[in-house]
Amino acid sequence: MTLPLDPAQATVLIPAGTAALLLIVPFYRLGAAINVFAALLTLAAALALFVVRPATGGLLGVDDLNIVFVVINTLVGFTTSIFSAGYIAHEIEIGRLTTASLRFYHAMYQFLMAAMNLALLTNITGLMWVSVEFATLTTVLMVSLYRTREALEAAWKYFILGSVGIALALFGTILVYMAAQPVVGEGLPAMTWSVLVAHAAKFDPALLNIAFVFLMLGYGTKAGLVPLHAWLPDAHAEGPTPISAVLSGLLLNVAIYAILRFKILLAANAGAFAPGPLLMTMGLLSVLFAGFMLYRRRDIKRFFAYSSIEHMGIIAFAFGLGGPLANFAGLLHMAMHSLTKSGIFFSVGHMTRIKGSQRIADITGLTSSHPLLGWIFVASVAAIAGLPPFGVFTSEFLVVSSAFAHRPLLAVVLVVGLLVSLGALVLRVNSLAFGEPTGSVEPSRMTHLPMLLHLAIVLGAGIFLPAAIAGWFQHVAQMLG
Amino acid sequence: MSSLNFDTSHLLAGGLVLMSFVMLYQDRLPSLINTFALQSAILALAVAWQALVQHAPHLLVTAVIAAALKAVVIPLVLRYLVRSLGIHRTIETVAGIGPTMLAGMMLVALSMGLMLRATATSDIFAREDIAFALSVVLLGLLVMVTRRNAVGQVIGFMSLENGLVLAGTGAHGMPMVVEISVAFSILIAFIVIGIFLFRIRERFDTVDVAALDRFRGDRQ
Repeated sequence: MTLPLDPAQATVLIPAGTAALLLIVPFYRLGAAINVFAALLTLAAALALFVVRPATGGLLGVDDLNIVFVVINTLVGFTTSIFSAGYIAHEIEIGRLTTASLRFYHAMYQFLMAAMNLALLTNITGLMWVSVEFATLTTVLMVSLYRTREALEAAWKYFILGSVGIALALFGTILVYMAAQPVVGEGLPAMTWSVLVAHAAKFDPALLNIAFVFLMLGYGTKAGLVPLHAWLPDAHAEGPTPISAVLSGLLLNVAIYAILRFKILLAANAGAFAPGPLLMTMGLLSVLFAGFMLYRRRDIKRFFAYSSIEHMGIIAFAFGLGGPLANFAGLLHMAMHSLTKSGIFFSVGHMTRIKGSQRIADITGLTSSHPLLGWIFVASVAAIAGLPPFGVFTSEFLVVSSAFAHRPLLAVVLVVGLLVSLGALVLRVNSLAFGEPTGSVEPSRMTHLPMLLHLAIVLGAGIFLPAAIAGWFQHVAQMLG
Repeated sequence: MSSLNFDTSHLLAGGLVLMSFVMLYQDRLPSLINTFALQSAILALAVAWQALVQHAPHLLVTAVIAAALKAVVIPLVLRYLVRSLGIHRTIETVAGIGPTMLAGMMLVALSMGLMLRATATSDIFAREDIAFALSVVLLGLLVMVTRRNAVGQVIGFMSLENGLVLAGTGAHGMPMVVEISVAFSILIAFIVIGIFLFRIRERFDTVDVAALDRFRGDRQ
């Protein structure tokens, strides 16, 4: 049996085609339904990659590393589309958005999914850069969707910083080509991952070093690592909440994935410097900085945006530490963070919709006014804080213990950062979820299913990680070296 | 012939760096826009020359994009924008011209020292081009940080991007240069449309980005 499309192509082309279709669908309810359906199809295509592995070569290449990222990407993309359908219907009711801007929103959502899936699946460094650029553009447009002064400012800041970031990443990409060109010859092979990794040992190490610095600055900006994080809290706070979920849960992962790919190249070259310390430094800075910044936040979406910076820091630290255990922990943490953080943004969407405000001070006593929502939120925050029995605890524990084994001093710094942010989370969740409810107490009419699903997966992974998944992650961790 | 090839591409790439320096000390927006247009025209020539020397006709597409869009259309739009916003008379730079030029010279010295050493084994065309390209990129960043005005920052970004196109064409036989320059053109078009549509002037009453800081949602 031959399919007209292999699953990898389908993962990119389904959302791309849907984006074009959604631009011409005038009814927002139909648009939302198409959005959910297309996201489900894309998820199915991504899962099919486990069964039918397309031949490597050409523009797309599937290996064990990017399959993990693509599955997380499409899964969260699907659940967010369900959440988005309910969220958007409310925005229409209160007149915050028009049907025209919604048509645009749905098309952009699918376009963003297509760009991210292409960035993850492509075998060509240049194509990866182009798709990250388009993903940036799309999210800038989404952040500015409300057209308020704050939203425009956030979008502009994101635009300028993101553009400079991807410009630097392009310079790094060109330098990698120049390093490869004398060894593998001119043309497309010198931009193909599979070829690059095979020949990386013979590249000029000096050129690779400089290239990596540029790539780290460029894609590091997209990943929101301190000190390149300035755009991230604003963009999260001012855009529509489903976009905050996608930004935190998915786009940051894509940037980390890009850095990992180039890190593999450097690891394969004996003369190049070890990128680990650079990643670890930026990671620790992010954890510490975000941990302290959490205390001063008054806006709930901004609060969780800083928490995302912290978790990107943990992931960068884990990958910088290297070795099978830390890489395994980094991968697991990335998956767990994606699911938990997007789940938290879903519940934040419910809250801001009920209370009509994003100020932390305006939201109190959720567990007594909205027991289901309140307790889901408490559990999700407990998960993101790294408390047992959730999956984030497992991954953070592994990061910390492997850090103590190799770099005990840095591990102390990491633990301090984690405790600082744990304190901030406990403090905030206390006022948000407990005490006397204030403001509107009307029930939330949006579905709780996506949140429950994410929480169940994170809880399940914390209690019992199936051997097949653990084995897969371990295999990928060894690939990362 | 080969020495003529080299000298011409060297001259054009050097011209780009020179224009970046000229940009650094422009204190009014219209002259900044003119300098940028001139730099883009030189970039178009440099790319066209590379297309000729490398026998890579597809690079001509990039040259045409640079010539049409960045040397003509965008400067015209920006000039109209600047005039309609009434900000064509003044431009404030953050630092003085002297320190800025000194910083610029140091950045060029840095990129020469870094790239010429790192690319010792590459061929001479690519070496010179990539060193000049990095200079243009860094000077573009310097233009961005020394302007407080949104239009000035956008011009700094576009000149940075000119450096990237130079780097892309200088790397022999690099695929996707055309695609990348198209993607960049879309990005730039969006930036310009962004200033245009969002009417930062109307929304914020000024295009001075320092004023935008006041609207940070977290200050209360």
